[in-house]
Amino acid sequence: MLVWILFLLCQVGAPALAQDLCQRDAPNGYKVRISLKTALGEDAYEWNQSEMFFFQATMAFAMRRHFQMETYNVDNIILCVQTSRVSFWFVVTSPDNTTMLIPKADVEKAVRMSRHRINNAFLLSDRTLEFLGIYPTLAAPVNPDTPPWLIVFGVVIGAVCVGIIALLISSLLQKRRKEKGMTEDGQDEEDMQVKGVENGINLDGTYNRGFTDDDRFTKL
Amino acid sequence: LVKILPNLGLGDRIPSHQELERMEKEEAGDRPKWDNKTQYMLTCVGFCVGLGNVWRFPYLCQSHGGGAFMIPFLILLVLEGIPLLHLEFAIGQRLRSGSVGVWTAINPYLTGVGIASLLVSFLVGMYYNTIIAWVMWYFFNSFQNPLPWSQCPVNANLTDLVSECTRSSPVDYFWYRDTLNTSTSIGDSGGLQWWMVLCLLCAWLLLYVCCLRGIATTGKAVYVTSTLPYVVLTIFLIRGLTLKGSLDGIKFLFTPDLNELMNPSTWLDAGAQVFYSFSLAFGGLISFSSYNSVHNNCEQDAVIISIINGFTSVYSATVIYSIIGFRATERFDDCLEGNILALLNAFNLAEGSIKEGNYAESLQNLNGTFPETIQSLDLKTCDLQTFLSQGVEGTGLAFIVFTEAITKMPVSPLWSILFFIMLFCLGLSTMFGSIEGTVVPLQDLNIFPKRWPKEAITGIVCLVSFVIALIFAQSSGNYWLALFDSFAGSIPLLVIAFCEMIAVVYIYGIDRFNKDIEFMIGHKPNLFWQVTWRFVSPLIVLVIFVFYFVTKVSSNVTYIAWNPSSEDFPTLEVLEYPAWIYVIIFILAGVPSLVVPGTAIFKLIRRCCSNKNVYGAEVDTVSAKVQMFTTKMS
Repeated sequence: MLVWILFLLCQVGAPALAQDLCQRDAPNGYKVRISLKTALGEDAYEWNQSEMFFFQATMAFAMRRHFQMETYNVDNIILCVQTSRVSFWFVVTSPDNTTMLIPKADVEKAVRMSRHRINNAFLLSDRTLEFLGIYPTLAAPVNPDTPPWLIVFGVVIGAVCVGIIALLISSLLQKRRKEKGMTEDGQDEEDMQVKGVENGINLDGTYNRGFTDDDRFTKL
Repeated sequence: LVKILPNLGLGDRIPSHQELERMEKEEAGDRPKWDNKTQYMLTCVGFCVGLGNVWRFPYLCQSHGGGAFMIPFLILLVLEGIPLLHLEFAIGQRLRSGSVGVWTAINPYLTGVGIASLLVSFLVGMYYNTIIAWVMWYFFNSFQNPLPWSQCPVNANLTDLVSECTRSSPVDYFWYRDTLNTSTSIGDSGGLQWWMVLCLLCAWLLLYVCCLRGIATTGKAVYVTSTLPYVVLTIFLIRGLTLKGSLDGIKFLFTPDLNELMNPSTWLDAGAQVFYSFSLAFGGLISFSSYNSVHNNCEQDAVIISIINGFTSVYSATVIYSIIGFRATERFDDCLEGNILALLNAFNLAEGSIKEGNYAESLQNLNGTFPETIQSLDLKTCDLQTFLSQGVEGTGLAFIVFTEAITKMPVSPLWSILFFIMLFCLGLSTMFGSIEGTVVPLQDLNIFPKRWPKEAITGIVCLVSFVIALIFAQSSGNYWLALFDSFAGSIPLLVIAFCEMIAVVYIYGIDRFNKDIEFMIGHKPNLFWQVTWRFVSPLIVLVIFVFYFVTKVSSNVTYIAWNPSSEDFPTLEVLEYPAWIYVIIFILAGVPSLVVPGTAIFKLIRRCCSNKNVYGAEVDTVSAKVQMFTTKMS
C-alpha cells in the first residue's frame, strides 16, 4: 500500500520535480528563441508539440555527440515556459540521475559543437534560432593572398605606363622627322608675303631675309 | 561714359584685327588648335562640370529650401555666371594667349593676376587630384563581392567584430580606417599610408598620360570623360526610380520653402556655388578659348555651356536624392524592424503581431501597461524626415552615404564600379583645365627654357604636385585637404575674378572690347552684357568676397576630426586649428591674393630703378606667337 502511494506520488511528483528544474531564468538553463516567419516567410511551418519533440531529440543528439555518451535521451531535455513568440527554456538532466542538471558550460559546449547541425535540422540560421547567451562563432575572414584591389591597380598602372611610353616615343619620332624635313626645304620660303609693323606704320612688301638672324640657314 | 585708366602702348602688345585675320588664314602651325568644335565644347563642359555639381549643389538645394533654391541659383547664373564666362572666352579668343599672356598684354602691371591664377590652379589641382586618388581606391576595391564596406571586419582573435566599426558603421569604418587611416588631429601626421601613395601615383600618372601633349591628348580624352558621367547618371536615375523610397527623396529635395529666400545666406551660397561651379578665374578657360579660331561665336558658347552646367546640377541633384531617398527609407525600415523585434522579444509576442501599420498603436498599449519594460528597451525614434535630412555633402556624400546605399542594392559591385567611374571622369576632366591653367602660364613666364618640350614641363608639374600632395597621403591627410579646400579654392578666386572684370572693362576698355567682339562674332554685345560686365557682375563678386572674408576672419576656425575615443563618437569631434596652421592658411589664401598687387609693385620698383621701358615689346610669351618685327640695324 505504502509502495503504491509512493509510486503514485512519484508519478505526480516527477513532472512537478521536472518543472522545478526547468523554469524561467533557471541557473543551468538556456532560453531559445525561434523566428520562423523571418527565416522562412511564406514557407514557415507551424511550431507544434511535434516540433518541440524534434528539438528535444536534436538536443539529445548534441549532448551525445559532445560527451560521446550514448545514454542521453529525449527525456533528459526538459522544456518549459513556451510562448507564442516561439520561445522557451530548456534544461538538460544527467542520464544517470534525473534530478541532477548538466552545468551551463557543458551544455554550451555541446550546442556550439553541433550548432550547424541543429540549425539545419530546423532550416534556420544562427540569427533565427537563438540560444540566448551562446554567441555564434564568427566565420574566419577569407584572406586572399593578393588583395583584389592590388590586381586592378596593377592592371591600370601597367596600361598607363605603356601609354606614357608610347606617347613619349611617338613625340620623339615626330620631332626628329620634323627636324629632318625642315633642313631639307628651308630654301623655299624666300617669297613669303608678309606684313610688317615698324614704329606703328604698316609696311607692305616682301620680307628681305638678309636682315634676320636665322643662322641655321646660312651655310659657310 | 566710364573713364578708362591710361594704358600706354596697348596697341604694340596685342595683335591688331588685321593681324588676327592674317594668322587665321595662314594658320601658324606652332600654336595648338582644336580638331573640331565638339572637342572644345566637351573640354569646357568637362572643366565646368565637376564633383561640385554632384556633391555640393544637391546639399545646398536641399538645405536652402529645395525647389525655392532654384530661384536664386538661376538668377545668379544669368547675372554672374554667364557674363563672366563670356568675358573669359572672349578675351582668350581675342588675345590668343593663356592667362599670364592675356593680362600682361592688357597691362604689364597686371601680370600678377595671371600669376595668381597659376598659383590657384596649382594648389587646387593638388588636392583635387587627391580626391581622384580616393575615388580610384574605391574603384579598385569595387571588384569584389561582397563589397568591403558592407560588413564589419572580425577582430584579431576572432571573437567579435572590430569595436570601432560596430560603434559607427561599416561604411564609416572603411572610409576613416581602411582608406584614410585617419589620425585624431591635424597635428598628428601619422606617417604615409602606402596604399594611398600608390593610388596617388596612379592618379598623377593617369593625368600625365592624358595631358602629355596638351590639348592634342586631352582633346581625345574628353570624348569619354565628359560624356560618360551623363550616361552613368541616367543609368542611376533609372535604377533609382525603381527602388523603394526614391520618390520620397526627390520630393524632399524639391519641396519649396519660399521663406528661405529671405535668408541672405541662401543668396550668398547660390552666388558662391555658381561662381565655383563655372571654374572661373583658374585661367584654364581663357587658355582653352585661345586655341579657337578668331571668328568662333564665343557668346553662343558661353550661353550653351552655362545652360549645360545648370542642367547638370539639377539633373545630378535629382539622381543623388533618389538614391538618398532609397537609403533613408531602408534605414527607416531597419530602425522600425529593430524596434518591433525588441518589442516582440521582450513581451514574447507572436511574430507578425506588430507590423509597421499598427506599431504606434501597439507601442502605446504596451507602454500603458508595462512602462518600465518599455523604458529599459531603449527604443530608437524612427523618423523618415530625419533620415532624409541627414544632408551630407562632399566626400561624406560620395564615400559614406552613397556607398551605403549601393550596398543595399542588388549586384552592388556593378553600381559601385559605375558610380566611381563617373566620379573619376568628372574629376579628371576638371583636372585637365587645372593643368592647362598651371602649365601654360609657366611657359608664358619663361620659367623653363623655351626649347624644353611641353611633355617635359607637364611632367615636371605633375611630379612636383605629386610630391607635395604626399601630405594628403598621411594619416592626417583628410584634414589637410579640408584646409586646402576651404582656403585655397575660395578667397583667391573671388579676388582674381574681380580683378579680371576691372581689367577688361576699365583698363583694356569696354569700348575696345565691344569692338573686338563685333570683329570676332559679327555683332556688338547687347545691353545685357554691357550692364552685367560694367556693374552687376563685379558688384556680385565683391559682395560675395566681402561676406566670405568677414565670416572666415570673424569666426573661430575649426575642423571636424574622427576620434574613436571621443565622447560623442561616432559624431565627429570639433577641434580648433593649432596656431601654426594660420601660417599655412596665409600661404594658401593670402599669397595668391597678394601676388596681384605685389607683382605690380615689384614691376614699378624695377622700372623706377632701372629706367627700362616696361611698356615695350616685352611680351615674348610662348603662347602668343605674335612676331614683332624690329629691323636690326648694325
